Amino acid sequence: MRKVLTIGVAGALGSPAVAAEVEVNIEIPRLDVVEYHRPYVAVWVEPVDRTSAKTLSVWYDVDHNRGEGDKWLKDLRQWWRRTGRSLKVPADGITGATKPVGKHALKLDAANTVLKELAPGNYEVVVEAAREVGGREVIRLPLTWPVQGPSQAEAKGTAELGVVSLKVTP
Amino acid sequence: MRFRALTKAAAILAIVLPTASYAHRAWLLPSATVLSGDNLYVTVDAAISNDLFYFEHHPMRLENLAITAPDGSSVMPENVSTGKFRTTFDMPLSKPGTYRIALTGDGVFGRYKLNGEQKRWRGKLGDVTKSIPTGAEDVKITHSQRRIETFVTLGKPSDTLSKLSGRGLELQPVTHPNDVVTGSEATFQFMLDGKPAANAKVQLIRGGIRYRDNLDEMNLTTDQDGKVKFKPTVAGMYWISASIEDDKVDIPNVNRRRATYAATFEVLPE
Repeated sequence: MRKVLTIGVAGALGSPAVAAEVEVNIEIPRLDVVEYHRPYVAVWVEPVDRTSAKTLSVWYDVDHNRGEGDKWLKDLRQWWRRTGRSLKVPADGITGATKPVGKHALKLDAANTVLKELAPGNYEVVVEAAREVGGREVIRLPLTWPVQGPSQAEAKGTAELGVVSLKVTP
Repeated sequence: MRFRALTKAAAILAIVLPTASYAHRAWLLPSATVLSGDNLYVTVDAAISNDLFYFEHHPMRLENLAITAPDGSSVMPENVSTGKFRTTFDMPLSKPGTYRIALTGDGVFGRYKLNGEQKRWRGKLGDVTKSIPTGAEDVKITHSQRRIETFVTLGKPSDTLSKLSGRGLELQPVTHPNDVVTGSEATFQFMLDGKPAANAKVQLIRGGIRYRDNLDEMNLTTDQDGKVKFKPTVAGMYWISASIEDDKVDIPNVNRRRATYAATFEVLPE
């Protein structure tokens, strides 16, 4: 079982912050494998009852030389079923190239088109990684919206993802 | 010679239209069920076998194959080839949405007594009258109405599957068959002549039978609305089959109807 650590600041802090920032840190681990390709990664937000989903970011092989980069998007299986298949790719401000081994920060402010439309409630930020000729892994981190105070959540993947953290600043 | 020819014809028909009394399973197996991108192809295997999904017995004849595109148009199969154990074909996916691949067939089979001797007969729908000799007694002929399907979705599922022919036993998805995942309950509705088929026997079997000792099948019965619910715990290709019998026949000298349905669908991991 993966442990999710949540460090929140308790107590009412008055009205929700307008200038909130959500930072998702994603570590792509170095893997000792025969054939390595950078993973496809999708980041999305969904309410805890999982009734809807909104894509925050997708890293895929946008400029695949045979134009086949989107052929493997369905391997981000959970994202694909929940929302990915409704997204026209490439999408401005959402899709981007795959990333190398290392830590990558995805910073979203309250003006983000998805976040600004988010109804108040309890959500999960989901990170899914799928690697060509490799495996797949999904990590979920809790997010309460609107942001009530600074908080951080973190989980460590066991296969395709390293440490994934969610830092919220009001 | 005539006898031999007839036997051969009957044998071929038995391959095309195996009835529930045969242990064999008829299936269509697509190379993928959920796809992204554009201008893609899917390859489909069609076979009749005992174990799922291994081609180890007979290839399926593609008579009455209908591939329906998301816009309702027909798709022509390409590179059709029939080998010793399987038939295979490619199909282009040029538009986003759900494609239905369906094989349908009718046949008649049964028995009668002639001069006190029990006779068995199997043939085509139109041949009943001319094939049953005058003086035959105790004639019991069943109309076998079959449908074998599979489904493929490029991009977002469309409502392709909600359009039924209204003839025989058909699947009306409540849960889209390209949207079934482990840990979530799925609901399928069976329709007989376009109306909910209550009390139909339904069986679900996961592929890969060769590598396990038990069939691990799920036996279900449709409710008053023709619905069955199931919650798969293991991902894989599944074969669902359903059958129902009634007296609804409009063919002279035929007493019963057996409507059967079988489909292949994939359960993906959550």
